[in-house]
Amino acid sequence: MGLSAVTVLGVDRPGVIAAVTGSLADCGANIQDSTMTLLGGHVAMMLLVSGEVDAAELSKRLCAPDLVVTASAIEARRHFCDDGGGLGYVLTVHGPDRPGIVSAISAVLAADGGNITGMSTRLTGRLYVLIADVELPKEVDVAALMRRLAAVGAGLDSEITFRPVEPDLL
Amino acid sequence: MTRPADGMPREVIDAPHPLLSTAAEPVDPTDPGVVAAAADLLATLRHEPSTTGLAAPQIGLSWRLIAFDAGRHPRSRSCTGELVVANPRLATAARWDHLREGCVSVPGLIADVRRATRITVHGHLPGTGDPVTIEADAVEARCIQHQLDHLDGLLFLDRVVGALSLHRSHHSCDA
Repeated sequence: MGLSAVTVLGVDRPGVIAAVTGSLADCGANIQDSTMTLLGGHVAMMLLVSGEVDAAELSKRLCAPDLVVTASAIEARRHFCDDGGGLGYVLTVHGPDRPGIVSAISAVLAADGGNITGMSTRLTGRLYVLIADVELPKEVDVAALMRRLAAVGAGLDSEITFRPVEPDLL
Repeated sequence: MTRPADGMPREVIDAPHPLLSTAAEPVDPTDPGVVAAAADLLATLRHEPSTTGLAAPQIGLSWRLIAFDAGRHPRSRSCTGELVVANPRLATAARWDHLREGCVSVPGLIADVRRATRITVHGHLPGTGDPVTIEADAVEARCIQHQLDHLDGLLFLDRVVGALSLHRSHHSCDA
């Protein structure tokens, strides 16, 4: 059973998700992880699918005139900090829009081995907002990392909060 | 122009603005300037039908004043009514829950935020300076905590629970 990573881009309209997932079902492909959002009125969807159909065949079967579809074979599911030693944090950055905010902030995280596992950015008026889920290796000095993030944020005239995830385990 | 006793609506400022990221200063609730500012804050709240509360930094004043009226919200339970509180401080907070909220100073965005659904807040009434205690739940509790955050220079964006919890409040195409 092979794994494929599928991306779908197109102008948003009712029925896009139904069409894509219907084609996947017709191929016998099983959707595992997936995410979808709207970016400036465009639908952006990414899926990890398993099945007997290979990536090239998936690309053909999902082809639609108003969608850009790609499919790539991937070897196996992978996970950062597989030993369970990672620590989860949520990062918020907000401030005036300017080029380079994401690269500056992500470089600080990467220097400490931090892994961004999810990210949303939104521009509304002059305000740029970045929210990221971050996994840190257990040995990271979080206080020192927060000082570095604050310094970079100040240079961007942006406010930064970095706080541990608070899961409700019931 | 003479300022009416019931205050004048002021412009609500949007983020990014330095005042919205700055901790506000405590006030003397009996100071005539503070009383006038409280009246303006209430007048601005009345002028903003889309919100249930405002904090002084949102009208350009770095003072610890909040105004709220949970009765405007269709899902409110406790409802103290229209109130302005000086130097409010959170005394107790319990029963935390996630809910999607927005802010009149952050137009176009909403997000899931974790807040207490039962709170007790102490403060003082502008004018007399009398102490006041508010017991609030549900929407009113969330609204008051949102305003308290403004007094500490925080936006609801600083409490978003995760990367996928930030949303546009409406869809539009600028192309």
